[in-house]
Formats: sequence, structure tokens, C-alpha cells
Amino acid sequence: MATETHEGAEKGMELVFHPMDQFIVKPLFGEGAVGVFTVTNVTLWMALALLATIGLLVLGTSKRSTIPTRIQSVAELCYGFVRKMVEDVAGKDALPYFPYIMTLFIFIVFSNFLGLLPGAFTTTSHIAVTAVLAMLVFLTVTLMGFFKHGLGFLGVFWISSAPLPLRPILALIEVISYFVRPVSHSIRLAGNMMAGHAVIKVFAAFAPMILIGWIGVLVTPLSIIAITAIYALEVLVAFIQAYVFTILTCVYLKDALHPHH
Amino acid sequence: MATETTAAAVEGHVSPVGLEEAGKCVDSHGGAIGMPQLCPEWMGNQIFWLAVTLVVIFFVLSRIALPRIAAILAERQGTITNDIAAAEDLKAKAVEAEIAYNKALADARSDAQNIIAETKAGIKAELDEALAKADAEIAARTAEGEKKIAEIRAGALESVGEVAKDAALAIVAAMGGKADAKTVDAAVASRVKG
Repeated sequence: MATETHEGAEKGMELVFHPMDQFIVKPLFGEGAVGVFTVTNVTLWMALALLATIGLLVLGTSKRSTIPTRIQSVAELCYGFVRKMVEDVAGKDALPYFPYIMTLFIFIVFSNFLGLLPGAFTTTSHIAVTAVLAMLVFLTVTLMGFFKHGLGFLGVFWISSAPLPLRPILALIEVISYFVRPVSHSIRLAGNMMAGHAVIKVFAAFAPMILIGWIGVLVTPLSIIAITAIYALEVLVAFIQAYVFTILTCVYLKDALHPHH
Repeated sequence: MATETTAAAVEGHVSPVGLEEAGKCVDSHGGAIGMPQLCPEWMGNQIFWLAVTLVVIFFVLSRIALPRIAAILAERQGTITNDIAAAEDLKAKAVEAEIAYNKALADARSDAQNIIAETKAGIKAELDEALAKADAEIAARTAEGEKKIAEIRAGALESVGEVAKDAALAIVAAMGGKADAKTVDAAVASRVKG
């Protein structure tokens, strides 16, 4: 990239910006069309997330020691964190769904953090991935609500604590917001992951400015500092977005288990 | 699409990314056109691999990891509870032992007091006895001594009388008189008495 830019400078060309190239899906082996079953970089980074999960939660706990090793205490912390979240937010009767929610949390948190490695592909920055996750939650929660409460589940839209004339209007708003949930749920995660990574790339594109002109003496250090700062923010965002996704899942689950406000 | 790629490859413009896998979502240099997130050609692939990954993670978690961690936590909780119970047991035992110790100490003290009192009484009795004996002996010796002194005194008085008689006889004889022993005795006796 630096040499490219240097040549560009000699030819009087501008900086090269490709902030979105990091999100391109490509086959791992050879070149060809991306079919449904093609082994791609998506496969690689999801497999790495899976390996990280196994490493932390299976290999890390293989000693089953009463006094935990470091990695085992991290695994226990993870377990306790999500379990407590499910119990506190959705209630004790939501605990059978704990493995499902734990799967979502672990997948998202590892995908987010693995995506922060330089040169990585962030699977959770793709709306296709997060939309599937969100739709899974939406469908599970909706079907489960109807299965458990029958038509009584519709009570989630009928706010009995509001004054009677307001209730139909509120019901309309509630229905709309209910169906917007999976959209916001998925776009929030994908958007956060994509935006941060793209911003880092944009700042990175400014970094070789020092090879182009004297203004680079000022711009290059600034862009490197900016990359560092955004990266720190992204570390925070990677965890917070996984947390937000999980806690919202718990909230939706609570609505399905206890539809009456 | 394939012909496009071949043409691009011939022209030497194709980056390592290639073209055909991307279709309309990637330009001839392998750069993204617009948002790769919105490229419909890749979505099937992503969804398929996501499904595979989620299913595998779910089974790994629900079959192995979560039951194991739950067991570890339960076991730890059990160990802690047992340890606390054991500690309480030991504490109760310690309190008991302290009570027993204090009792033993008090017993030992009172025993010691008794022994001291008994010993004191015994020593006093012995001492009294010894004192009484010594007193009696002293009294006997004193009486004996006094008797001896009285004897000696009596003996001395007698001797004084005899010496006085002899001296008187001698003095009378020296003066040329004839000393009658009976008279002189009477005279001396009356003088000594007086």
C-alpha cells in the first residue's frame, strides 16, 4: 500500500481509500464464484470463533478444578455472566433457554473480538449474519409466545395499564415496534461493527500521507493516534454490542414468557 | 461472467481477489462496489456457514461445556458449604475444649489450695508437737538445773558452817582456850543463821 501510494505521489495521484474491501467475501481456496457451500473467509472466521469457544469453554474447563485456573475462571465468569443476565432479565422460567442465549452471546462476542485482529474478517459486520441471528430470536420468541399462551400472547400489544381510549393506538404502536425489533436488533450489531472497522480503515488510508507531502508530518501521527483511539473504542463496542444483543434477546424472551404487562 | 474474468486476467488488471467470485459486487481491481454487506450473491454462503457454526456451538455448549461448568460450580458450592460446616464443627469443639480446660484449671486450683491448706495444717501440727516437746525438755532441764543449784547451794552452806566451826575451834585454840566442840558448833550455828 505504501509503495502504491509512493508511486501515486510520483504520478501526482491521490491517497487510496478502500474502507469497504475488508468486508468482501471471497473463497479461501482458488478463485471462483461464491456458492452456498463454498469455503470462504466467512467459513474461516466462523470456524475460528468456534475454535475459540471450544478452547475457552471446553478445553479451559477440562481439569474441572475446584480452585480454577485462569482460563477456567474466565469460562466460569462467562457462564455466570450470561446465566445471571437470563435469570435477572427474563426470569427463572427462562433458564431452559439459557444454552440458546449463551450460544448467541459466545458466537457474537468471539466474532466481534476476532474481527478486531488486523487483517481479520468480521462475520458480525454483515447484515446477512446478524439478520439471521435476529430472525432466529424473533421467530423463537414469537412462536414460543403463541405456543405457551395461545392467543393470550396478543396481550403483549394490549397495554391494560393505559386508559381505555388510548389502548388501540398504543396497540398499533406496539405491533409496529414488535415487527421492527428484528430489524433494529440486527442492524444495531452489524452497523456498529461495520462502522468502526470502516473508520479505522479510513484513518489508516491517511497514514501514508507523510510519503506524499509535507502536510503528512502532521497528518500521519494524527491518523495513527486516531486509529489507536478508535481501536480502543472498538474493543469496548465489540463487547457492548454482544451484551446488548444478548440482553435484548432476554427482554424479548421475557415478553414471550410473561406477555401481560 | 467467466469470460469477463478471463478477459480481465489477460489484461493483467485482476488483483489476487479475482473477479468471478464476486460478480457485480467487486470491481475489476477486486475493490468493493458499494457496501459488500448488501451483496445478495454472498448471503447464501454466509447464512449456510452461520447455521453450521451456530448448530455446532449450540451442541458443544449444551452437551459438554455448560453441564460441565454447572457441575464445577455446584461442586465448588458443595465444597464451600461442607468446609463452612466443618469449620463450625471445629469451632464448637474448640469452645468445648476451652470450657473443659477452664474447668480443669479451676479444679486444679482448688486442689492446689486444698493441698496447700492440708500441708500447712500438717506442718503446723508437727511444729506444735516439736515445740511442745522442746518446751517439756527445756522445762525438765531447767528443773534439773535448779535442783543441782539448790544442792550445790546447800552443800556450800554446809561447807561454810564446817569451815566456820573449824576456823572458830582453831581461833579458840590459838587464843589459849580450850575449845569445846559442842559450844563452838552452837555458837557458829547461831551466828551463821543470824
